[in-house]
Amino acid sequence: MTMNKLLAYALALLALAPVLSATPAQAQQGPLRIEITEGVIEPLPFAVPTFQAETGGAGAYAEEISRVIAADLSGTGLFREIPSSAFISNVTNFASPIQYADWKAVNAQALITGAVAESGGQITVKFRVYDVVSGAELGQGLQFTGTADGIRRIAHKVADTVYSRITGESGYFDSRVVFVSESGPKNARRKRIAVMDYDGANVKYLTDAESLVFAPRFSPDGTRVLYTSYETGQPQIFVLEVGSAQRRSLGTGGGNMAFSPRFSPDGQAIIFSLEQGGNSDIYRMDVNGGSIQQLTSSPAIETAPSFSPDGSRIVFESDRSGTQQLYVMSANGGEAQRISFGPGRYGTPVWSPRGDLVAFTKQNSGRFHIGVMRTDGSEERLLTASFLDEGPTWAPNGRVIMFTRESQGADGAPGLYSVDISGRNLRRVPTPDAASDPSWGPLQN
Amino acid sequence: MKKITLVALMVGTLAISACSQDRFNAADAANSGANAGGVNDPTSAAYFNQSIGDRVLFEVDQSTLNPQAEAVLAQQAQWLSSNQAYSAIIEGHADEQGTREYNVALGARRASAVQSYLIERGVAPNRLKTVSYGKERPLAICSDESCYAQNRRAVTVLTTGAGT
Repeated sequence: MTMNKLLAYALALLALAPVLSATPAQAQQGPLRIEITEGVIEPLPFAVPTFQAETGGAGAYAEEISRVIAADLSGTGLFREIPSSAFISNVTNFASPIQYADWKAVNAQALITGAVAESGGQITVKFRVYDVVSGAELGQGLQFTGTADGIRRIAHKVADTVYSRITGESGYFDSRVVFVSESGPKNARRKRIAVMDYDGANVKYLTDAESLVFAPRFSPDGTRVLYTSYETGQPQIFVLEVGSAQRRSLGTGGGNMAFSPRFSPDGQAIIFSLEQGGNSDIYRMDVNGGSIQQLTSSPAIETAPSFSPDGSRIVFESDRSGTQQLYVMSANGGEAQRISFGPGRYGTPVWSPRGDLVAFTKQNSGRFHIGVMRTDGSEERLLTASFLDEGPTWAPNGRVIMFTRESQGADGAPGLYSVDISGRNLRRVPTPDAASDPSWGPLQN
Repeated sequence: MKKITLVALMVGTLAISACSQDRFNAADAANSGANAGGVNDPTSAAYFNQSIGDRVLFEVDQSTLNPQAEAVLAQQAQWLSSNQAYSAIIEGHADEQGTREYNVALGARRASAVQSYLIERGVAPNRLKTVSYGKERPLAICSDESCYAQNRRAVTVLTTGAGT
């Protein structure tokens, strides 16, 4: 498959070049600022008048780009879109001065204006962000250029810029998620590795449904995916190139079962579980082959390892205490500290990209939860509860978690959901079929 | 959007034309009867699967063999000793109450417990392989204990040919 190439060509990005003879960027300390804390309950109202079409063929693009930007911002739960039906004035010329009073009157606090031009297959999008309350531009005007099939990415870039200017944190809209697409009845599920935009758009399949697969994991640079496949009859670890969908076995298992792989932060090593004589331990190996290093050695189940972002430590689950619990050890193995102590069982820990938190699945009293705790186990917070929630993955900015939620019963099926780490803004991520095991990739370049 | 819809339709088609996994069990269960190879032929896989029993069940989160399981496995071992043309893949499975990776590891424990028992009872190790499917291949699909109990299993799947 060539979809990654397509995307790469699609977006010959003019790297955030300020091209407009705009007022210089101001270090804005005014009221247009969302501090993302537990306390944010009231989303910030914003308006995105449909971007101006500056050339004949650009109208449809302008419409779609404006809708994607609005959906990205609203989808965070931190922003609320003011519908265009409420607008008093409209923006008819990207260069005209803003009528702040008209936007204040409809209670918009942020205003995003833009213009789209199409020329020889190239789409150019210019935009500006305004702080309506202060009556000033927020940052400088920017433009992005790409081809028509990359316009959703351009829109995500614009929304990331707006999010970043208003929250002070990096965005996550121009990112992709690799996951397992599922079809068929519960006792004969067919599973394929698939990749999509973070919002469920642009689904592409990376494997066929011939072999059972699970738990794909993006490489830190988003170009490769580790996953477990039964292609050989035994669970074994494969790596595939997202761009070409070429796959190869990592030869990790020999005759034994190998599963639950993850990349190191530099993408050079993998950590995974290897089963021998019924017992699963955690191992590390170079992704290009080479010797295998054993990191845990106990008769307990040790699995689901995840590196800290600096690569120095590994969080994993073990039932060495009698039930599944979370432990942290050095990246070279050795003694491990237990960090989960609440009631119930804890599994599938994932270190946050900021390094401050561990997300996990918790089972207690017949319910499943997605939760987060500090890396020493303190400040545990459960974000969700259902019949079966599992397998959290972090947005690249560490603000949002995506996970699998499976419904109950003979017709039960999994779907993908996202939730803010505050526990608010639970949303279903649309997928064409049932879906599980999301792994959120990096912010794209 | 067109692209996405098109691909989704293809998945639907694949699911309909999905063929079942190529297993000895399924093929033999179909022609069970009084004939050679049927359920009344004590050297047949159908006899093994139905009269001896090809599977044992486990308690929640356990891989310990209970007396009932041991009785079945003792007969399996005896049958395998007298029917040297067969080898076996022991599949370990878990119910859906658990995380995916843990259940793969738990299924591996269960398969291994069966393998060890059969070896203890004289079956050559090179005739027995194990594989874990975790919770990926439930037999019963409801979400209560009546189904879960059937899914927490290890199945001895016969294969023809000498061991490796």
